[in-house]
Amino acid sequence: MHPVLATVLQRLALGVATLIMVSIIIFSSISLLPGDFGQAVLGQAATEDTVAAFRRELGLDKPAPVRYVEWFTSALQGDFGTSFSGRAASGVDRSRPVVDLIGPRLKNTLFLAVYAALISVPLALFLGITAALYRNSIYDRMVNAATLTTISTPEFFVAYILILLLASLNPIFPSLANVTIDTPFLERVYRTSLPALTLTLVIVAHMMRMTRAAIINLLASPYIEMARLKGASPREVIIKHALPNAWAPIATVIAFNLAYLVVGVVVVEAVFVYPGVGQLMVDAVTTRDIPVVQACALIFAATYIILNLIADIVGIVTNPRLLHPR
Amino acid sequence: MSTDNGTKKGDILVEMKDIRINGFSDERWHEIIKGVDLTLRRGEVMGLIGESGAGKSTLGKAAMGYTQPGCKLVGGTILFDGIDLAHASDGQKRELWGSRIAYVAQSAAASFNPAHRLIDQTVEATVSHHVRPAREARADAVELFRSLQLPMPDTIGSRYPHQVSGGQLQRIMTAMAMSPRPDLIIFDEPTTALDVTTQVEVLAAMRSIVEEFNTAAIYITHDLAVVAQMADFIKVLRYGEEVEEAETRKMLSKPEQAYTRSLWAVRSIEKPEQPSDDIALEIADVDAAYGGRVKVLHDVSIRLPRGRTVAVVGESGSGKSTTARVITGLLPPIKGEVRFNGQPLPRALKDRNRDQLRRIQMIYQMADTAMNPRQTVGDIIGRPVQFYLGKRGREVEKRVIELLQLIELDESFIDRLPGELSGGQKQRICIARALAAEPEIIICDEVTSALDQIVQEGILKLLLRLQKELGLTYLFITHDIATVRAISDEIVVMFQGKVVEQGPKSEILAPPHPDYTELLLSSVPEMDPDWLTQLLKSRRAEQAAG
Repeated sequence: MHPVLATVLQRLALGVATLIMVSIIIFSSISLLPGDFGQAVLGQAATEDTVAAFRRELGLDKPAPVRYVEWFTSALQGDFGTSFSGRAASGVDRSRPVVDLIGPRLKNTLFLAVYAALISVPLALFLGITAALYRNSIYDRMVNAATLTTISTPEFFVAYILILLLASLNPIFPSLANVTIDTPFLERVYRTSLPALTLTLVIVAHMMRMTRAAIINLLASPYIEMARLKGASPREVIIKHALPNAWAPIATVIAFNLAYLVVGVVVVEAVFVYPGVGQLMVDAVTTRDIPVVQACALIFAATYIILNLIADIVGIVTNPRLLHPR
Repeated sequence: MSTDNGTKKGDILVEMKDIRINGFSDERWHEIIKGVDLTLRRGEVMGLIGESGAGKSTLGKAAMGYTQPGCKLVGGTILFDGIDLAHASDGQKRELWGSRIAYVAQSAAASFNPAHRLIDQTVEATVSHHVRPAREARADAVELFRSLQLPMPDTIGSRYPHQVSGGQLQRIMTAMAMSPRPDLIIFDEPTTALDVTTQVEVLAAMRSIVEEFNTAAIYITHDLAVVAQMADFIKVLRYGEEVEEAETRKMLSKPEQAYTRSLWAVRSIEKPEQPSDDIALEIADVDAAYGGRVKVLHDVSIRLPRGRTVAVVGESGSGKSTTARVITGLLPPIKGEVRFNGQPLPRALKDRNRDQLRRIQMIYQMADTAMNPRQTVGDIIGRPVQFYLGKRGREVEKRVIELLQLIELDESFIDRLPGELSGGQKQRICIARALAAEPEIIICDEVTSALDQIVQEGILKLLLRLQKELGLTYLFITHDIATVRAISDEIVVMFQGKVVEQGPKSEILAPPHPDYTELLLSSVPEMDPDWLTQLLKSRRAEQAAG
């Protein structure tokens, strides 16, 4: 077996192990939450018998390890159980499977994440490379100052500024990103432009600065001096000689920011009234809808693990020492 | 790119006049080169020699019109074939670099881009300067690999830098420099990082290819014996100024300046060999491995006579430093034992008691990294005095001052930080730290390799004096045969984790030798311009006969 394949499989196994650890943590920390769902739903007036019956119906009376195994094995098969909400004391069961609740929301979140990533990653790479090329010039300083400004501003504020500039004063984009499952693709792109732009402004600085730093860090290497002494132009030196050796740190930062696009966008969703997963999770937490909270947490954890796995793999395949062993 | 070099030999190619270069360090500009002239004709090889900090590399690069970041050319003229490089634009210079002027760097391992295949890097400049189309350049590179006697010349180019050895990389870098057929090559200490046995092959390859294409070259090194093999004439630099310049044979036979003579100072130390049968430390039948897998020592047995110096020689990877780690207990052996004064020592460091630890001390190659940069000299030397000898307060300070006097430094050093010391002073502090424990045995791991010749001489003389006064036993690890000749009583030759032979200096250095010892000894460059030629001739004759 090629050593790179072995390393990748090893990382994959580690990723799965991490996911299991995280699932245990999610499960047990939610069990530790104070208060009781049955009590909360049924209200103070409910008798102890009623509460016990309700708990039995939801399976909350079984020991925690049993519940964990049941939950995790069915989650692996895509079944996250049934939402607690809708099971009101009225007796009419209007509850829905967690998957049906999360599914469309997750699609929306991923759509926005991909949209923002398609703008921000190329932009960050371009800005980072050019800033490294013209380092310490006016251009470099301006790029640094601009990106630092956007990253230092709270994201809801960036969002409102964009609404002010691009929706109120110059009505180019809609200020609300209300999409439904039937919204056609181009319409969807148009409506989510402002949230995507907001997210771009928030994450571009980190990626751009890492790209710049990773490249400049290499410029003192003897092989870069060698390239200069072979008559390579500054552009060739950066693109051909520095960048290929800088992918690993850049990929790590990109992965980190892409994960943020999936799991950290609740504020932006709230500002633009965008029906994403973040909003759903916050709602679920306030209503103690434990199956939904657990499912969201597990999906978020998996997002981080997968993206970091990809970054690791990029780091491995761009390193000739690992890709072409002696 | 150069046309028909042979007929034009003798025309002036590079003419530098009154070159002045400043460098920025410690918050201010210093003069690095203080008005040096340099003239090189077509087809000539000039040797540029001096200690570190003499400015030889800076001057060599200036001949290409290149100044490193942090340096600037403040005066003088540089004419390359009539082109004024001191005032040329970056674009003009880039056109020359990699087509008419090429550079060979000191560390080939660090100077090849790890991300690209060797052949692509070899022909990169040739192709980008349109000297030759890519296909032709590649075919030519393979021929260059062949004439540089690289193994598998047809396919070696498709490898990545980490996949070939240091000696091979250095030859491929020579091929890279030669690929555009430049008029001038700057060799910047190209063999300094190589083992002597590898150095010979690389030197021979470089010399023959420079002769073949009649290329002019500037060969920068600190090793006079090496430059003697390569250069037609030699320029000696010191503190950014020219000391003298002369034709190679003349320079070697009668250097005019005392400074030039001091450059081979170590070779003048002569320690009479004294045999002894009183064994202080013995390692017997030791096998050692890293990570429990790769076995690096096989059945190693070495004996250290009390009050004597045993030199361990061998190339990198031969197991010299691993042997030191076994003796100190840093790497417990998987077989065999270490006996100290006849008693077996616990294998692992953590099982040894404080007194056992005290009696064996170590000095490292890199004095820089062996000291905590935030501790003063007083703390560094005082620590073992407290730890091993239990002294406190005034007593410690008194002892530290005594130790400083012992290593020929005065007590004003006590409050200094390592960063304020020169390389030689740092190594002296490391020696004092080892002495502070009042040890019986000191293991010296390449302690002079990072130092200039004159400083080396000082350190070696100090070590010899201390041995005489304090009756110390040294295990002296080195790859430098000149150092071995200078200080040892006994020699151990190691190769691929095994001891090839051990014996008194006179015996090991006198023929007949086992094959490896012969190869090692014959590979050490001598101060004779004909040495390399003779050596190659005799090796070829042997091959033909064998």
